[in-house]
Amino acid sequence: MSNIIEQLEKKRKEAREGGGKKRVDAQHARGKLTARERIDTLLDENSFEEYDMYVEHRTNDFGIGKKKYAGDSVVTGSGKINGKLVYVFSQDFTVFGGSLSEAHAEKICKIMDMALKVGAPVIGINDSGGARIQEGVASLAGYGDVFQKNVLASGVIPQISVIMGPCAGGAVYSPAMTDFIFMVKDTSFMFVTGPDVVKTVTQENVTQEELGGAKTHTSKSSVADGAFANDIETLFEVKKLIDLLPSNNREKSLKKKTEYQNLNPDYSLDTLVPDNPNKPYDMLELITKVIDNRDFFQVQENFAKNMIVGFGRVEGRTVGFVANQPLVLAGCLDIDASKKAARFVRFCDCFNIPLVTFVDVPGFLPGVSQEHNGIIKNGAKLLYAYAEATVPKITIITRKAYGGAYVVMASKHLRGDINYAWPTAEIAVMGAKGAVEILYRNQIKNEKDAETKTDEYTKQFANPFIASSRGFIDDVIKPQNTRRRIATALDNLENKELSSPYKKHDNIPL
Amino acid sequence: MIKKILIANRGEIACRIIKTANKMGIKTVAVYSEADKYSDFVNMADESYYIGPSAPNESYLVIKKIIEIAKKSKSDAIHPGYGFLSENYNFVKALEKEKIKFIGPNKNAITKMGDKIESKNLALKLNLNVIPGHTEAVKDPKKAIKIAEKIGFPVLLKASAGGGGKGMRIVNKRQELELNLKAAQSEALNSFGDDRVFIEKYITNPRHIEIQILCDKHGNQVHLGERECSIQRRYQKVIEECPSSFVDEKLRDAMAEQALRLAKEVKYDSAGTVEFVVDDKKNFYFLEMNTRLQVEHPVTELVTDVDLVEQMINCADGKKLRLSQQDIKLNGWSIESRIYAEDPLKEFLPSIGRLIEHQEPKIFNKDEIIRNDTGVSSGSDISIYYDPMISKLAVHAANRDKALDLMIRALEQYYIEGVDHNVAFLISTLKNRDFRRGDISTNFIKSNYPKGYAFNYGLNSSILIKFINIASLIFLKCNQGNKTKVLSVINGSDIYKIEVIECVSSKQNTNLIIKNKNKEYSLTSNWTINEKVMQLSVNDQIEFAKIDKIHNFNKYSITVEDCSLDLIVSSPDTAKLFDYMPEPKYEDLSKMLISPMPGLIKDISVKQGQKIKKGEQIVIIEAMKMENILKSEKDCLIKEILVKEGDSVSADEILINFE
Repeated sequence: MSNIIEQLEKKRKEAREGGGKKRVDAQHARGKLTARERIDTLLDENSFEEYDMYVEHRTNDFGIGKKKYAGDSVVTGSGKINGKLVYVFSQDFTVFGGSLSEAHAEKICKIMDMALKVGAPVIGINDSGGARIQEGVASLAGYGDVFQKNVLASGVIPQISVIMGPCAGGAVYSPAMTDFIFMVKDTSFMFVTGPDVVKTVTQENVTQEELGGAKTHTSKSSVADGAFANDIETLFEVKKLIDLLPSNNREKSLKKKTEYQNLNPDYSLDTLVPDNPNKPYDMLELITKVIDNRDFFQVQENFAKNMIVGFGRVEGRTVGFVANQPLVLAGCLDIDASKKAARFVRFCDCFNIPLVTFVDVPGFLPGVSQEHNGIIKNGAKLLYAYAEATVPKITIITRKAYGGAYVVMASKHLRGDINYAWPTAEIAVMGAKGAVEILYRNQIKNEKDAETKTDEYTKQFANPFIASSRGFIDDVIKPQNTRRRIATALDNLENKELSSPYKKHDNIPL
Repeated sequence: MIKKILIANRGEIACRIIKTANKMGIKTVAVYSEADKYSDFVNMADESYYIGPSAPNESYLVIKKIIEIAKKSKSDAIHPGYGFLSENYNFVKALEKEKIKFIGPNKNAITKMGDKIESKNLALKLNLNVIPGHTEAVKDPKKAIKIAEKIGFPVLLKASAGGGGKGMRIVNKRQELELNLKAAQSEALNSFGDDRVFIEKYITNPRHIEIQILCDKHGNQVHLGERECSIQRRYQKVIEECPSSFVDEKLRDAMAEQALRLAKEVKYDSAGTVEFVVDDKKNFYFLEMNTRLQVEHPVTELVTDVDLVEQMINCADGKKLRLSQQDIKLNGWSIESRIYAEDPLKEFLPSIGRLIEHQEPKIFNKDEIIRNDTGVSSGSDISIYYDPMISKLAVHAANRDKALDLMIRALEQYYIEGVDHNVAFLISTLKNRDFRRGDISTNFIKSNYPKGYAFNYGLNSSILIKFINIASLIFLKCNQGNKTKVLSVINGSDIYKIEVIECVSSKQNTNLIIKNKNKEYSLTSNWTINEKVMQLSVNDQIEFAKIDKIHNFNKYSITVEDCSLDLIVSSPDTAKLFDYMPEPKYEDLSKMLISPMPGLIKDISVKQGQKIKKGEQIVIIEAMKMENILKSEKDCLIKEILVKEGDSVSADEILINFE
């Protein structure tokens, strides 16, 4: 017996060494942690339970038959994050460059199956050179299997991808199918084809960082949802997100017993919206003053900044916030903002996370490039996402809610449950100036006429009361009470049930 | 009898006056400009009236409008506060005509004392100690040089109508005189509409000490001791105290005697302040008389227990002073810190914007007094139109040491978010050894921060221990399920090992015993995660910290005393891994000129492609009526100019790229 235990310990020790000291040192020298160090950083102490530690690859081609590592190039298992069960795979760059073998793929699929069965989130840490070339089509099949699992798990359990090294070629499509992608600044990159191939095909000179670094993907392509300073800080942020999310689509976003929180009025909100309708203000201040502990987890912070999306808690309950940001492009809707918010709304709807929408939107962004790039179908994504969502929907119009954009932003007409407006709200078909130009086209003789008519229109229509008189707005609330009103609304909507007609699945305008 | 007072001012001083009026049962009327629509004083007053656009010369300085509202509201008196119309002869004259009482001195006293040259002549006539200088305004640079050489360099150029350091310049050398004279004249013209400038001897290492006096219309006079206002930046006071640690009874009596002699001569009949400059041998020289309520009057009130506003109202009402000199006792010690929206890291440049959070310190012990005179609250705007003062924090305690400690503790609890502010700088000054000893002069800031105030100036090992304690406490509060007995607190590349000996955390209280380098610390706090200010007891000593941001379960931004750090707390295993983390890459800012503040581009002194030397003037930005010269920090070539004259720029905007 003792002999067997000795053997086991020996095997475990081998497995824990990964690709050996030299490769581990090289990994560290790149400013990167090893696969196991990452898991240890992510999970609660001593909570990691490893699977398939002794799995090895099964190829003999190209002379790699003799080179085998216990566990092959990925570490998998389960563990806890602040007591919450999660499943993890972490690719080991020190073993065959983290390349994906058939065995590697099987290990990933195994924990994904487990996660689906028990309803726990999956976190994938990506650091891989790509397919195991020596295994040929078997490796590709492995990718295919993982993709399929990603899709089946989508909307059932949250899937989070963390890119902590290279992620290129076909490998990018597994993260692409998960709910969130986080990257590490300076040490991670993602692309379908690398700079060398790009150069050969299109003659474009571009560095890895420019082509697919963290900055590119968080600000230009919107492939990634966030980027952080280094491996450790990135994993800390993932922990925070996991803490905010439900474990699966059967779980409700419940009120968490938290410390004393205050629902007292916040008078500073009464002066948030400036008198001058053209003066911007920071919508983020409203969000942070409405949530618990000012603790907001912003998603895609550096992309489409005219739209803010992210998670926060209200009285301990996780809420998804969607808000126009008047500081950028006056908060108008454009292609990027619509896509960003639409995907976020759908995520929240998948996992029963209530939506709170703050509206200050002057309309859709006009322009040739917007039209030619399909603002029609892209704007429709957000409209569609809000309209199909059955989670509690609370909407507060702080200032402008003009035209079609008013309807899109979780209005009453899209099954909004509770629609409030601040007294500063202007709910109208368009801004006063534009409206006057159309309505009185033939009557306006000079600038003074236009001014009088604009004033008249503003007085009569640029307020929340016309919409309220039709019941499109449930109440006009004082800004100071916003947090209390949202908290009460969330309580009231806790057992909301709403169904849509049977369908195989919907057909969102992609 | 005064029954209703109109306050021709704004902000904290308007609030201050309203409080006393309420106490006296007098109704109050506020006037407000566009920018002050939602200011606190407007809500506090019994009535309020809009008087015009935000710029003071279209609102608070328009005599006609203010009188109109005084008549409309049937106010029988006007308190002018400080600044604006408080020392304006025409205003007082106009009020006289309308038979509205001016809560301040008579117009002749204002005229005689308001003009610096005239007041100096009067002082000379009365044999008061006066700084050697020329008593006439100087326009011609050549004549200026002659006068300066007669007095001897260094000399001081001063705007006749000036105050608050505006239009004041020290000139050390003959060659620098002409340029500075021009600048002083233009600043004086911009600020006061009067370009007269005069020259006097500049006294090195001077202290600024002033005597508070109180006179009625019946010839009665008292003084209320002195205030020391030597701690100044940009020629403006930041820390004031009463009494002064430098003034003994003999000096006080001598200064007060001269102050009262001057007041008698002009038949002064209100609260007023006579400013002196005092050299290190206790020679004192008359500087000027301020015929108004001073910004720093709270310290005198706290030490003498006299409500100066109440006295002013009574004097204006023609009542006799009920105080005799024997009644005035200087009791204990008071200190005032002016909390400004400004950036001490950028030479105290004003900072404007929305006050996202404004949390005042709490009173702690019954025998200590914390008084915060402010006109703002969370959600207020610090606007570009007025002085960027957030509040005047004053404390009173039995002696100077206790008052200093109390002030530091009050500042440690003062939480401000949204604008840059000088709280950390004030704490740094109050901790300074020279300041503690009372070894100060108006050059204090320059000589103690020769390269300017720097971030985390006062960071040392004992503060670091406080940081570590607080970070450990936050970690255990944020990670309540945590069972680890050893923590690592990480500050940059330094890692501290902390043993958790005991940790009991309930909803209200966290009790913690931790060990750091063989020393045990017993921590108790009822802090909850949503609170910005943490009060904790460390081995039964009360400490305060500001929790600026909790980034995630492991990373926190904390302010202790005058220092701020981002700390990470983790398990020792994770902490070890930080060694492998690469240094973060920063953008190279050395190749651009960045606007240190929002303002207006007044002048661009360089052209594209021009080679400039270190120290050369590049751009002048005007903000809050002050001209700020941006100079080059090294020899370089101008590659690209991104702004033009007249542009308004925001803080941190790139103005110019260097090659």
